[in-house]
Amino acid sequence: MIDNVLDMTTVTGALEAGMPMPVDERVLDVRDLRMRYGTTDVLHGVTFSARRGEVIALLGPNGAGKTTTIEILEGFRGRSAGDVTVLGEDPGVAGEKWRARLGVVLQSWRDHGKWRVRDLLHHLGTYYADYSTPAIPRPWPVDDLIEKVGLTAQARQRVSRLSGGQRRRLDVAIGIVGRPELLFLDEPTVGFDPAARREFHDLVHRLADVDDTTILLTTHDLDEAEKLADRILILAGGRIIADGSADQLSLLVAGESEIRWTRDGARYVHAAVDATAFVRELFRQYGDAIADLEVRRSSLEETYMTLVRESEAGRAATAASTFQEAL
Amino acid sequence: MSSISTAARTGFARGGYEFRQTLTTPADLWQYIFPTVALFVTVFFMRGATVPGTDISLGARTLPSAFGMGIAFTGLMTVAIMLVTDREDGTLLRAKATPNGMSGYLVGKIVLVGGMTAISFLLQLVPGLFFVDGLHVDAVGWFTLLWLVPLGFIATMPIGAVLGSLLDGPRNMGLMMLPLIGLIAISGIFYPIMALPGWVQGVAQVFPIYWLGLGMRSVFLPDALTAAELGHSWRHLETVGMLGLWAVAGLVVAPMILRRMARRESGSAVAARREKAMQRIS
Repeated sequence: MIDNVLDMTTVTGALEAGMPMPVDERVLDVRDLRMRYGTTDVLHGVTFSARRGEVIALLGPNGAGKTTTIEILEGFRGRSAGDVTVLGEDPGVAGEKWRARLGVVLQSWRDHGKWRVRDLLHHLGTYYADYSTPAIPRPWPVDDLIEKVGLTAQARQRVSRLSGGQRRRLDVAIGIVGRPELLFLDEPTVGFDPAARREFHDLVHRLADVDDTTILLTTHDLDEAEKLADRILILAGGRIIADGSADQLSLLVAGESEIRWTRDGARYVHAAVDATAFVRELFRQYGDAIADLEVRRSSLEETYMTLVRESEAGRAATAASTFQEAL
Repeated sequence: MSSISTAARTGFARGGYEFRQTLTTPADLWQYIFPTVALFVTVFFMRGATVPGTDISLGARTLPSAFGMGIAFTGLMTVAIMLVTDREDGTLLRAKATPNGMSGYLVGKIVLVGGMTAISFLLQLVPGLFFVDGLHVDAVGWFTLLWLVPLGFIATMPIGAVLGSLLDGPRNMGLMMLPLIGLIAISGIFYPIMALPGWVQGVAQVFPIYWLGLGMRSVFLPDALTAAELGHSWRHLETVGMLGLWAVAGLVVAPMILRRMARRESGSAVAARREKAMQRIS
């Protein structure tokens, strides 16, 4: 039963169910990826793919294997088993030319504290000049890049003097200085204030829409995943347990909806699987007497929050299968 | 090969930038000046004393040996410390995430440490020539310096790179200092090696510090002082041989160890070390 659900959600997710995508158009193709540290399995067969220009959020509780997955794709970590193709190559053996087409933003950087912002971006950009193509001129012109990430006022500052949010924006700037075709963002907005978060979201949309950059980001924040991603992959217990757009995932959650209304000054609350039928029946019986009608679908968020809570309480495997059953 | 020229270009740009930074950062400037100050205070307290049986001042005898030690020390310790801190703060991982970044990083480090070694040496050499009686350099001496300084640098820097790769945190740097100080003590820098037991002399002659000190003495001191050296000679041939051996061994081994270390770098490795560092502080 669980296997069936797995097949449905991972293999026939939005990507496969929508327009069939030729294998060679896949920017990312991960099949049955497994990772084992000693005797502990961290990834139990992760499978997903991404097409050019797609923004994918890898969502999951802490310790679900998000960072391990992304590090394998970045070529920073070996894998125990599985087929992984990133921009047409195996990240375990790919060379510098491949590296030049990737952008990487990790969770925490504290490097190059003595450098000035503009000098550092200019310097790191020079590594990419050899890999410039007519279609993708590399690197990104440094002053334009600084403006895009909103660091113009800090261009002459030493990196160690930047605030947390500014430092993070610099990390993003470094990640995209080579105009990557594929960008990895690991927990990109941790420590951002709401305004910085919004600017960052705009930047991600711009990269995906204007520059056709494929973006894989990890987050444990469902709200952020919904705002940014075309497609959400939920990773829990070392598996992808759901794969689809935020709307598709919401529909998949087979919870009961909550219906609230008032009639003759009294308040009523009812839970129903088929809210539409219930409301139709309600109006048929009472007509105009019904007021203040509210229908709330049991949200993806609630189901996801339960998954997170359970995982953090150390019941990751059970939580993952409960979540799957909810889909 | 465009990647080799890229590594050279980016490495020189990188090393040059970081070298200029050391000249404008007070803490770095102090690191340049401190050894000079310490050295000249030592020499000041040696004033009046002479090498037994000669009229050469003890200070003049000590200073060239200390030049040699300084080159070994900068090459070894600076590189080791830089590698440990760069690994801890993610600089190395950044290099790994950049195309040809590791080659650029390495060339940059060689340029940076080479520049630092040269400045440190000049800061000791110039005042030494002016203020310490008994130091003389002739044409042959300048020529010796031309090969001795670069060779000494290439012989010691890879050792520092290997040690920096193997140590897994700043806390273990102390482990490295102790044997290094012991090695300096037996290498005839501050105390003539002839006065030490034979087996200690043997140990000292395995390592580059002794040979750098000996080479420096040959540049600045009169040949009469070979009387106080092993074999009563400056032994240039042996110096080139031993330093050359260390250079070749280092250039073979260091890239292997560096590659192994770089392979292990990942975001979670950096994060884990950071966590450990935070625990140390709290």
